[in-house]
Order: sequence, then structure tokens, then C-alpha cells
Amino acid sequence: MSPTTTTVTITNSPPTRISTWSRIRTSPAVLAGVAICFTLIVLAVLAPWIAPYDPNRQGLGIQLADPSGAHWLGLDSFGRDVLSRIIWGARISLWVGVVATLAAMLVGSTIGIIAGYFGGTIDRVITMLTDILLSFPQLVMGLLLVAVLGASLTNIILAIAVTAAPAFIRLARGSTLAMRERDFIDAGRALGFSDMRIMFVHVAPNILDEIIVMGSLWVATAIRTESTLAFIGLGVPPPTATWGGIIREGFEFLNDNYLLAVFPSLAILITMIALNLIGDGLRDATDPRAPQ
Amino acid sequence: MSTVAAPALSVKNLTTEIRSRDQWHQAVRDVSFDIVQRETVALVGESGCGKSLTALSIMALLPPGVGRIVGGRVSADGQLISGIADAEMEKIRGSRIGMVFQEPMTSLNPVLTVGFQIAEPLLYHRDLSRRAALARAVELMDLVRIPSAAQRINDYPHQFSGGMRQRVMIAMALACAPKVLIADEPTTALDVTIQAQVLALLAELQRSAGLAVLLITHNLGVVASVADRVLVMYGGDVVESAAMPDLFQRPTHPYTTALLAAMPRSDRSSETIAPIPGQVPALAEMPVGCRFQSRCPLREVRCVERPPLRPIDAAGTHHVRCWVTGGAP
Amino acid sequence: MLRFIAKRLLFAIPTLLGVLTLVFFLVRIVPGDPALVVLGDQASPEALANLRERLGLNKPLLVQYVDYLGAIAHGDLGRSLTTNRPVMTDMLAVLPNTIELTLASLLIGLVGGVPLGVLAAVRRGGIADWLARIVSLIGLSFPAFVSGVLLLVLFAIQFRWFPVISAPRSGDILERLRALALPAINLGVIMIAYVTRVTRSGMLNALSQDYVRTARAKGVPARLVVWRHALRNVLIPIVTIIGLNLGVLIGNSVLTEIVFSRPGLGKIIVNALNTRDYATLQAMMVVFAFAIVITNVLTDLVYGLVDPRVKTP
Repeated sequence: MSPTTTTVTITNSPPTRISTWSRIRTSPAVLAGVAICFTLIVLAVLAPWIAPYDPNRQGLGIQLADPSGAHWLGLDSFGRDVLSRIIWGARISLWVGVVATLAAMLVGSTIGIIAGYFGGTIDRVITMLTDILLSFPQLVMGLLLVAVLGASLTNIILAIAVTAAPAFIRLARGSTLAMRERDFIDAGRALGFSDMRIMFVHVAPNILDEIIVMGSLWVATAIRTESTLAFIGLGVPPPTATWGGIIREGFEFLNDNYLLAVFPSLAILITMIALNLIGDGLRDATDPRAPQ
Repeated sequence: MSTVAAPALSVKNLTTEIRSRDQWHQAVRDVSFDIVQRETVALVGESGCGKSLTALSIMALLPPGVGRIVGGRVSADGQLISGIADAEMEKIRGSRIGMVFQEPMTSLNPVLTVGFQIAEPLLYHRDLSRRAALARAVELMDLVRIPSAAQRINDYPHQFSGGMRQRVMIAMALACAPKVLIADEPTTALDVTIQAQVLALLAELQRSAGLAVLLITHNLGVVASVADRVLVMYGGDVVESAAMPDLFQRPTHPYTTALLAAMPRSDRSSETIAPIPGQVPALAEMPVGCRFQSRCPLREVRCVERPPLRPIDAAGTHHVRCWVTGGAP
Repeated sequence: MLRFIAKRLLFAIPTLLGVLTLVFFLVRIVPGDPALVVLGDQASPEALANLRERLGLNKPLLVQYVDYLGAIAHGDLGRSLTTNRPVMTDMLAVLPNTIELTLASLLIGLVGGVPLGVLAAVRRGGIADWLARIVSLIGLSFPAFVSGVLLLVLFAIQFRWFPVISAPRSGDILERLRALALPAINLGVIMIAYVTRVTRSGMLNALSQDYVRTARAKGVPARLVVWRHALRNVLIPIVTIIGLNLGVLIGNSVLTEIVFSRPGLGKIIVNALNTRDYATLQAMMVVFAFAIVITNVLTDLVYGLVDPRVKTP
């Protein structure tokens, strides 16, 4: 009898994984999202070769010029090429979005696993601090942090990571607690594994799926915060091109030529739509309650 | 011959399908029965045998996309009520046919007062004012013996015990004085002592109002105490139908025999209880022919053909769907 | 009822204290001398010393902390570093504008989001369902300033239907509404997105419940089964989602006010950022913290209205 039981358990787990990935692959929405994101990443990485002009070179023509054959998206108030600035701006947005999310994911999940694993006072303190951070509007908190630390690429990433971390702490803590319910952890202890080994070899891989799904949704939030900070004037300082920064500049000349504000806005919208298509697709695919 | 009054509820050749994994399967097959006034007919069987689906089909409450009626006709007092427009059916439900469900915990709306929920059918079917309907609701709560009804009319379901909630359900079902009551496992979720009280209440209300009752249950003890006639269902088929004492005295279909043997009784020691081997197969895996054959100790070669429901007594009141045991009288 | 409110406020005190502490220490980790940051390199030593004295920077950190908490307990938010006016006065002057905008967008969110969510759930895959998806995508993923700029370009600059500067100066109610329209729509779309999402999933859940079947079994017309029996139950998650996202709403109202040049808390914050007025910035964070605590208490009160299980256990 026992060989039969073994085959049953073995064949039982892979299908969910296969169907998860096949569901992602077959969803046209997710495919579109992936295609757009891939294009954006290629543009960002190859910006120095793809951008038609130096993004910071001034006086290429009449200030605030309309789109033309030479400058597809026109010129800004310093006579810089808007298309080139948007392509270079993608670098900042994507970099900040990915790095800040990864940082929040790593640090937040670690803290969350520790809280859920040890419980007791450690858990209570971490939960209290998380609640305090979460009781504040994420945007306002990011704003305050950057204002205090000073606007630089590193500080912006740091500030966004801090605002994003509590969500990962909560998720990882909850999932770890759920695993403790399943006697997973006690079994590991009984086998004499060290705390570190149980937490990072046994617990972490099991909650990775959820964390990655949430991470994919947070990249969009991080980019949104980055561009918002830049719009308020707390972005990577000029002359560096950022999408939020270009909109801020275009906003000053809204009555003269609003296209300067519209083009980077569209760049943000396209990025947001693409990331949300991927994030929603991932979430639907991993959600056991989702319709097949 | 004088004209015989039409039965309060008549079901003819009802066939219902449900969908599972994009395939439609017959879950109620060719079910027919009549219920006259003052009569209680019980539908008995294990879960998944199609009893509740039969009730939902009669009420046209099958969830769209999951269940559908593919054949047969249902009439109340001689008037056809199957296949009619939704708006017409809304006028029948609660007015001509009342229904009580199994779970009093989840079947009442948690955010509406009990009084309003009882009064509600009167608002739509009897055109009563809200005040008059609520006054009637108090009378109905008295009728089902909810203590201090007038004070409790503005309470919410969570403030009532399980037995009291089931009384609320009954008051609601009977608000418009329907002629037919369908009770789907009305006592299953209740404690044994409360079960007896609720059953006694149902029986009393039936007598005083002359109700025709369709009682759905898996509990043969309940059947024995209240039913006039019993239909035993298995895999969507009626496998045996008989007047009440007859079924217990002369169980004929192997499934009925097995059900009775599996029933705990005070006059038997618990060792003699024989559970029915195996489980009801999933609809997609139902055997062709007699659906009970996969669990039947008397299975023969001819069971791959579907047996007809045949009378086994001279009076023609006891029918059995079995090749082996259901021979002519 | 009063006891309930008092109890909720009492429970909020630890969180509030935590936020106040966080803000206090955050503002004090400013690299370098705050006085120098505010006055600039050319400031005279006397001016710097003066400012330090005024800000209490000479005192030990713990004393500063206690002073700060004491002042807040007395309703004193301190004075602006640039104008030297009490922050409370400046704040109260524009607070009605921000409240007006927030309430208007909340109203838009409910009036637009609830019916859309209900229709999307009743007819899955229908037109309303698609519209709900699009609105959720716009409201949940577009930064408020981007949607604001696009609204401004389209309706104020291109079509000239609404004023570019939405300052509610005039006493004329119609002018006031016209000035409110675009900012409220911009913020309202975010609320519609949240409300639609939660209404749709809540309705899908409610419509599969036993009590809905009971309602149909007693002949309640289909329309009322949806709008009375099911929706009443969905009010609970709707209130929850609004309560949870008031912080998001406040954060985005700041952005919306900036884009539409509306006087409000957002304007005060941006001015403080531009002039490095840390005292005002700190005070505004305190205001936000209080606003969130108050809205949380309000949310709990509304729970009592929509869920009978809360008030009658």
C-alpha cells in the first residue's frame, strides 16, 4: 500500500504549481503587462544609446517647443529634449521602485519572520512599532522622511523602503504564525535544528510566494511615491531627469504648453497599468479561491 | 364522479441537472409525487441524493449557471408553476409555498430585525402597511411560541437561540398562510430536545392550517414520527415510495433496507447498527443503470439497465425501483 | 454612547503617543544644526543663538520632548519658523477647505462606488463589471497628482469648464461648487475605486449566503434582495475600507490641493517644505496623526449604525 500513498502525495503538490504558472502564461492581460515592463526596462538600461539627445543638454531649440520631427515630444523650458529626459527618467523610477521594494521585502520579511517565530515580547514590540508606522499616511510619512534626511537618490530609496516595510512585516509575521499552527516549526525544533535554520531554510521558502506577489504590487506603489515626491520637489535634485520632476516643471508652464506635463504623466500611467496587470495576474493565479 | 380537488403540490417527472467541471449531470431524475392538504410527504436519503435539489427545483431557486431544470412540471393547486417568469414565481414563493431551511444560524439576515423579516412577505404578497405587517408579525411569533413576542420584535437574529431562530423561520414561512410548506432538514442543526419541540410545533401548525408538508430529512426517526408517506431517494432517483408504516414494516429496496439497518434505535443495541459500505459516488462517477449498484449487496448483471419504479402491492401504493427485490406483487 | 467614544479615545492614546514620539525624533535627526539649516550660512552668530533659544534646542533632548508633549496636550502646535505665527491659527484658517474637499470626495466615492460595485457583482462580466475594473485601475494605481494634472489640462485648460485655480474665495455657492468640482472628482475617483472593489467582492459573497436564498424563498422581489438584503450586509466592509483608507485620502488630498492650487493643509506642508520650516512640518504631522485617530473613532461609531451585532452583543 505504501508506494501508492507516496505517489499520491507526490502527484498531489505539483499540479497547483503548474496550473499557477500556466494560468499566468495564458492570461493576455499579464502578457501585455510583462511586454510593457520589459520594453520599459530595455529603454531604461539602454538609455545612453537609445535616447536621441543628452537629457541635460540645454538650448536645443525654442523653449517649450511643440513636438516636431527632430524632437518627437518637444522641448522643455530649458530647451532640453523631452523624449530623452523621459527615457532617462525611466531609469530613476524603475531603479527606485525595484530597489526600495526589494529592501522593504528583505528587511520587512526578516523582521516579520522573527516576530512570528519568537512571539512574546519581541513580537509585541515589533507589532506595536508596525502599527505606529501604519497609522500614518504612507505618502505623508515618506514626505517627512525625505524632508528630514534630504533629497538624494539613496535617501528617497530609504524613505520609500521604510514606508513599505510594515506591510511586509505584517504579511511575513502572519504567515509565520500560520506555519507555527501547522506544527512545522515544532517539528524542526524537535529535530534539533537551530532557530536560524528553521526560520530561513524552512519558514522563509514557504512564505516566499505570498511575499513575491505583494512585492510585485508594491513596485507600483514605490514608483508612485517616488514620482510624487519628485513632483512636490523632494525628488532626486535637478538637473537629473525624473518623471515627477518633468511634470513639476511642466506644471509651472501649464498655460504655455501643457504637453510638457502630459507626456511624463502618460509614461507614469503606462507603467502603473503594466505593473498592475502583472500584480493582479500574479495574485489571481496564486489565490486558491480564484475561479479557474 | 365528482371532480377531485387538485393536490396542493404536484411534481411530475422532475429532472434537474447540476454542473460540475463544465459538465451537466442529472442530479434529480424523473421524480414524481403529489401532496394533498393535511398530508406530510418525506424525502429521505443521504446527503447528495438530490432531496434538497428537488426542493430548490420546486421553488425555482436553483443557482443560475450551476443548476437547471431540464424536464417535468410542478403545479400548486392545479396551477402550473414550473417554467414560469421570475416575476410570476416571486408571487408564488412565500405566498402559496413557504420554505424553511436547515441552518437557522445563517438563513436569517443578520442585519435586519426579526420582526421585519417575518413581516416582509406580508408587504409584498398581502400589500399590508409596514405597521400592520409588524403587528401581524407579533401574532405569528406568538403562534410559533416565541416568548414575549412584542418585546422581541425589534431584536436581531444573533440575540436568539438556534431553536428560537428556527421558530422565526417557521413564522416567516407561514406569514402569508401558504397551503404548502417545504421544510428542508428543519431540525438537523438543533439539539435533540429542541428538535422534538420544533417537530411538534410543525405538526400542530400543519393540523390547524391544513398544510401540505414536504419534509426533507436524512433522519428516519423524524420520518417515523411525522410523515404520512415516504420517498427514499438515491443518486437523484426515487428508489422506493410507500405509505408510512408500510415502509418500516416492509422495506424492499436494498438501499432502504440498508438505511434502516444503519439507523440507531432504542429497541436495538448499538452493535447491530450496520453502516452502509462505501459512499455516494460523485455525480460524474455514477454507474449506468441502477445507481445504487456500486454499493449493493444484491447486485446482478441486469442492474446495468435502469430499473423502473414498479408497484409491489395490490393497492399500488408501495413502489420500488429494483430488478431484484421490486418484482410484481 | 459617550462612554463608548471615551473608551475608544483612551485606547487610541498609545498609538497617538507613539506617532508623536516618532515625529519628534524624526525631526531631530536632521543632519546638522537646524538653526543653520533654517537661517542659512550667512546668518550671524547672534541670530543663530536666538533661534536655538527660541526652539529650545539648548535644552536636553528629554526636556524638549516633555515640553513638546506638554504643549500638544494644551493644544499648542508651536510657531512657524518663517512667519512666527502660531501654526494652529494658520491651520484652522484653511482646515474647512480640506474638510470640504475630503467630505466631497467621500460622497463621490459612495455615490459612485456603491452602485457600480453592486451592478458589477450582480452582472459579472457585464458592462458595469468592466467599468468597475477600469475605475479601480485608475483610482488605485494612478498617482493623484498625475490624474489631477490630466484633469486640469483637459477640463480647465482645453475646455475651460472649470477654473484653473480652485481657490474657494467667492461666497457664491455655485462658484464654490465649480471650484470644488475638479479636485473633488480627482480625489473621489480614488475613493470610488476602493468602494467599488470592496462592494463588488462583498456583494458576491453576500449573494451566495443562505439568508439571500431565504429572502428569495419568501418572495422578496429580486431588486430588493440585492439592494436591501445583500447590500445591508456589505455596508460593514464598506465602512471598514473607508476607515482604513482615510489615511490614503488625507495623503492624496495634500497632492490634490497642490495641483489645483487650493488653500488647505497641503499648501501649508509644501510651503513648510520649501522654506525648511521644520516646526510647521512637525506640527502638521501631529495634525495628521490626530485626524487619523479621530476618523478611526468615527469609523467605529458608524459600525454601530450598520452592524447590529456591535451595539447589541
